[in-house]
Amino acid sequence: MTAVIALAVLAVAAITWTVWPSEPPPRGQDLTIDVLDGPANDQRVTIDATFFAPASGGKAPAVLLGHGFGGSKSSVRDQAQRLAQHGYAVLTWSARGFGRSTGEIALNSPDYEVKDVQQLVDWLATRPEVRLDAAGDPRVGMAGGSYGGAIALMTAAYDTRIDAIAPQITWHDLADALFPNATGQGPATGVFKKMWAGIFFSAGGNRLAGLSGGASGGLAGLTGGTGTGGSGGAGGLGGTSTSGTGTPGTGTSGTSTPGTSTSGTGTPGTSTSGTGTSGASTPGSGAGETGTGAGSTGASPAPTNAPDISGTPETSGSERPAAMGLTPQQVQCGRFMPTICDIYQEIAEKGQATPQAIDLLRRSSPVSVPGKIRIPSLIIQGQRDSLFPLSHADANARAIAATGAPVEVAWINGGHDGGDSEGDWVFDRTAAWFDTWLKDSATPGNPAAAAYQQTAGQNPAPTAGQNADQTAGKSAATAVPGGAAFTVSRDGGRDPGTRRNTIVHAEGSRYSGLSGTAQTAVTLTGPAQEVANPPGGSPAAISSIPGFGSLLGNSSTGVSAALDLPGQSATFESAPLRAPLHLTGSPTATIRVYGTGQVTLFAKLYDATTGQLAVLPGNLTAPLRVNATPSGTTATIALPAVDRRFDTGRTLRLVLATTDMAYSTPATPAVYQVELASPDLVVPTDGELSAPATGPAWWTWAMPLSALVVAIVLVLVGRVRRADTTQDPELADVPLQITGLTKRYRNGEKAVDDLSFRVERGQVLGLLGPNGAGKTTTMRMLMGLIHPDAGEIKIFGSKVVPGAPVLSRLGSFVEGPGFLPHLSGRDNLELYWRATGRPPADAHLDEALEIAGLGNAVDRAVRTYSQGMRQRLAIAQAMLGLPDLLVLDEPTNGLDPPQIAEMRKVLRSYAAKDRTVIVSSHLLGEVEQTCSHAVVMHRGRLISNGPVAELLSRGHLNGSTRLEDVFLDLIGEQV
Amino acid sequence: MSTGAIGYAPGHTLPLRVEIIRQFKRRRTLIMFGLLMALPWILVIAFQFGPGNNNNQNSLRLSDLATAGGLNFAAFALSVSASFLLVVAVALFCGDTVASEANWSSLRYLLAAPIPRDRLLRQKLIVALGYSAAAVTVVPLMALLAGTIVFGWNDITVPGTGEIIPAGDVLPKFAIVIGYAMVSNLVVAAVAFLLSVSTDSPLGAVGGAVGLVIVSSILQAVEALGGLREFLPTFWNTAWLDALAPVPDYSGMIKGVAVALTYAAILIAFAFRRFRRKDVVS
Repeated sequence: MTAVIALAVLAVAAITWTVWPSEPPPRGQDLTIDVLDGPANDQRVTIDATFFAPASGGKAPAVLLGHGFGGSKSSVRDQAQRLAQHGYAVLTWSARGFGRSTGEIALNSPDYEVKDVQQLVDWLATRPEVRLDAAGDPRVGMAGGSYGGAIALMTAAYDTRIDAIAPQITWHDLADALFPNATGQGPATGVFKKMWAGIFFSAGGNRLAGLSGGASGGLAGLTGGTGTGGSGGAGGLGGTSTSGTGTPGTGTSGTSTPGTSTSGTGTPGTSTSGTGTSGASTPGSGAGETGTGAGSTGASPAPTNAPDISGTPETSGSERPAAMGLTPQQVQCGRFMPTICDIYQEIAEKGQATPQAIDLLRRSSPVSVPGKIRIPSLIIQGQRDSLFPLSHADANARAIAATGAPVEVAWINGGHDGGDSEGDWVFDRTAAWFDTWLKDSATPGNPAAAAYQQTAGQNPAPTAGQNADQTAGKSAATAVPGGAAFTVSRDGGRDPGTRRNTIVHAEGSRYSGLSGTAQTAVTLTGPAQEVANPPGGSPAAISSIPGFGSLLGNSSTGVSAALDLPGQSATFESAPLRAPLHLTGSPTATIRVYGTGQVTLFAKLYDATTGQLAVLPGNLTAPLRVNATPSGTTATIALPAVDRRFDTGRTLRLVLATTDMAYSTPATPAVYQVELASPDLVVPTDGELSAPATGPAWWTWAMPLSALVVAIVLVLVGRVRRADTTQDPELADVPLQITGLTKRYRNGEKAVDDLSFRVERGQVLGLLGPNGAGKTTTMRMLMGLIHPDAGEIKIFGSKVVPGAPVLSRLGSFVEGPGFLPHLSGRDNLELYWRATGRPPADAHLDEALEIAGLGNAVDRAVRTYSQGMRQRLAIAQAMLGLPDLLVLDEPTNGLDPPQIAEMRKVLRSYAAKDRTVIVSSHLLGEVEQTCSHAVVMHRGRLISNGPVAELLSRGHLNGSTRLEDVFLDLIGEQV
Repeated sequence: MSTGAIGYAPGHTLPLRVEIIRQFKRRRTLIMFGLLMALPWILVIAFQFGPGNNNNQNSLRLSDLATAGGLNFAAFALSVSASFLLVVAVALFCGDTVASEANWSSLRYLLAAPIPRDRLLRQKLIVALGYSAAAVTVVPLMALLAGTIVFGWNDITVPGTGEIIPAGDVLPKFAIVIGYAMVSNLVVAAVAFLLSVSTDSPLGAVGGAVGLVIVSSILQAVEALGGLREFLPTFWNTAWLDALAPVPDYSGMIKGVAVALTYAAILIAFAFRRFRRKDVVS
């Protein structure tokens, strides 16, 4: 029972420990910060922000945490809290045009969003919790996913006060992301990614607020919080837009300088919005309102009737109705800046990029600021991302590494198309990155950071001609201890416990880029094939469904639902692989296209085998546009960058399709011919990447070993000492000597109390006493079944302990027979004797069976026996081997008179052969007729001890010679 | 050591053969083995009579693949019996062994024979574990026989992926699976054994062990326990399925073995310790 209780206690303790509430996360302080932006720094915007003071207190580095497109500051609240607990001052904000911030979406433009964030940095520099590098220059890092990642990159390019960044799943060139062209000819001839573009732009308006929350709000969660949340696409009910019911007017709190409107009260971050319905409040009146507001409301969150986000912000300055009607412009463009909206409408209509569009998109992209990001950057990109594929991370990494700044790259499992966003891992990696580059770099444990920061000031960027790869390698050499320069999340198989897929992180000391550390040429074969472009571009092949990528299954599990349509695709296939091939990067193939005019094709590389659905890694496709000629146009295609192991026996299948649902394709029907210009498919590999060996968990060997030790200790500590079992030579011929025997019941009452007597050879001793006198308890102790509390029993000079060898000279029958009911009487006796391990000849089985007198019944199962039969069989069992000492407890119970008479004879003759018999009984006549000696017990104590004749002679005292009278007399004296 | 009777040696008491015979002739032993051996045939009949199961190969669940061949059928039979039937069998053999002797009162005569208590327990444990191992083995072996006769000797089709592994490659893995099934039932055996020395009621010991398995299975369903669940005695009971995957993954089985051995060692040690000090009053 103790074991069970111990286990239960352990279990309860473990559960308690698990569910014990942990310290509540920091709540954060909601506030608004007013900024001025625009090309002329004349546009006033109120940024809705939340500041989380570092949980560690004191001055700490700050982190600016940006949100995804369609999200708001609340999308990143969880990560912000975790970072604050990790010892950072964290500022989250809703970008202009999102959440409760005013302004219009300018797509992370240097004139707008970047200026806003620069002023947030100004604000951080005023905070007492934030550590400063110099006056007005806080120690600050930036992180965020997607839109929030791009603002990190852009701000880093325009503001040297940013010290480290960790952008995730974001773009390098927004124009290229929306108009990709796998031939490398740039977005001008790129294929319009219409579905993603539509989702992206609609996320900025209110029209598809729910969807945008799903697509982008969910992705904002990539920076942490949700753990292994599956899909970025399906989840985001946390979209923050609310419907436009309030008054569209926003009272802006205007102060002449950007910053918080904290003047007057000194409470940080206080600001209130006037509820005036005047759409365009002048800066002056705004300032006045602020003064009163700050005084009255203190540091409170925005009131519930705060600016409604559906309203177009004030900056246009135009009079607008105070009611809820929306202008067609608003309906069309939502909160986008009109110029962006117009350009989007134009390109979406045409399905082609315009020069203005490319210019505008590139101004919002890191591609426009080469060599300007010179700070430590951790670039995290998703392998399941058809919006911003890995090539964008590659371009960012190369550009930053070319300046000599440390860069590390991680390809996580999930991206904008779903998959596992690895929130916890990304958070840990990001936090570790900031720990290295933002926390005190002068500490001895961080030499790499110290070295970098010493030289960073003087070290000019390497010349543009320098090989970026080399630089990347060099910087990787100085990379952070504990983090790998290049990490790729790979399928780790199924966790045996949870039966879920796990991810392992293969690490390399150096980021190899998309061309890998080595290339393998795989020969593709296939004839020239005719492909048709269907009229209207429909039906279309399916690779990914933007925003709902997880619907197509997770390619890491080997299930993929990519679909090609017959007649619209050309297929080239390799021979089955003879050895596994691990593709890491972007394979290239060269094709030739015959036809006329612009041909749009979609190149896909499948992992195929006969008999199963082919897998399209990452559900990615590389769109390309070539100018076909009848004599053939050759094009080299950069296939989507992926990390994929092709097992032995699999084939690589290159498919060129004319349609893809996610892209805009020509409506005109046409037929082209496609052939391989070169049979070689160049597959980049990176043999350096290796997942850390995951041996069995430490407890798999430690736990059984320690359990074994515990078990041995448990067994050994409870061992019975053997020393006392040696024979006392003086008593070697005394069948039984009991000295001072005492046994208490559990309640403390004594069952046997200081009992002492001695039995000599040849005696038939009667143990006499009323029920409860302690006879049976004494006999049990005699057999070693129960442990005496005091005193000892010696049989032939050897002390009785459980299992003492001397017990083999004792035959016993105590408290009823004990047989295996399914065996016959003979089998029972035989097996009992065999269980004693003694020679069969010593058993005297036939004599014993004769005493039992069972006749033919001896071969029947014992369960058919009567009480008397069992009794006799048990006495026979006690006599097996003719023991020197026979102990029988109420042997005549259940016997009929002739059998009783017979039994008396048996016992007397048994003792006559120099053996000893002890018979307990409460029947006085029985003892009188059978026994030579008697021990009388009452309430556990010895009352009388001696020959029966002597006992009877005591009867003279009261004139009776009947044992009954003597007995009653004896008891009566004691009572 | 002449204190004992002539020919008595503690090390010769209760030979395994004697204990095996004592237990084997019991009705519950015979019925349990009869049931275990009949189960595969009952399943075969059930599959034969199943209404309109035209065996669509698209479905890749273990139960749908059971008729693909003898090996698949054996794997299926093991998976359906492991969760409860085998647990009951093991609990019966290990939980009944001492408690029933106490119940019949024969325990005190064995101890007074005398069979040293540690030795009595050791011999009984060995025999009980032997019967348990036989129970765990007999189901897949009989299923292999029945499945091969009825469905043919075919290569095994892996559930989930549908891949085919040659029968010859799988047989050694099958031995591993059976071995693992035995080890994973060690916890049940140890709990039953500990209860067996603690109570005079055989049904209590068996029921207690089965009850523990049920409680553990329930706790296993509580996701909130997270990683702690890995240490529940039943958590890894189905890990043997990993050995039949195209790329066998033994990490789960290793953890399962570790957990099972840990519990078993400590519980059995408690059983010995407890029995050694116990007053046998039944």
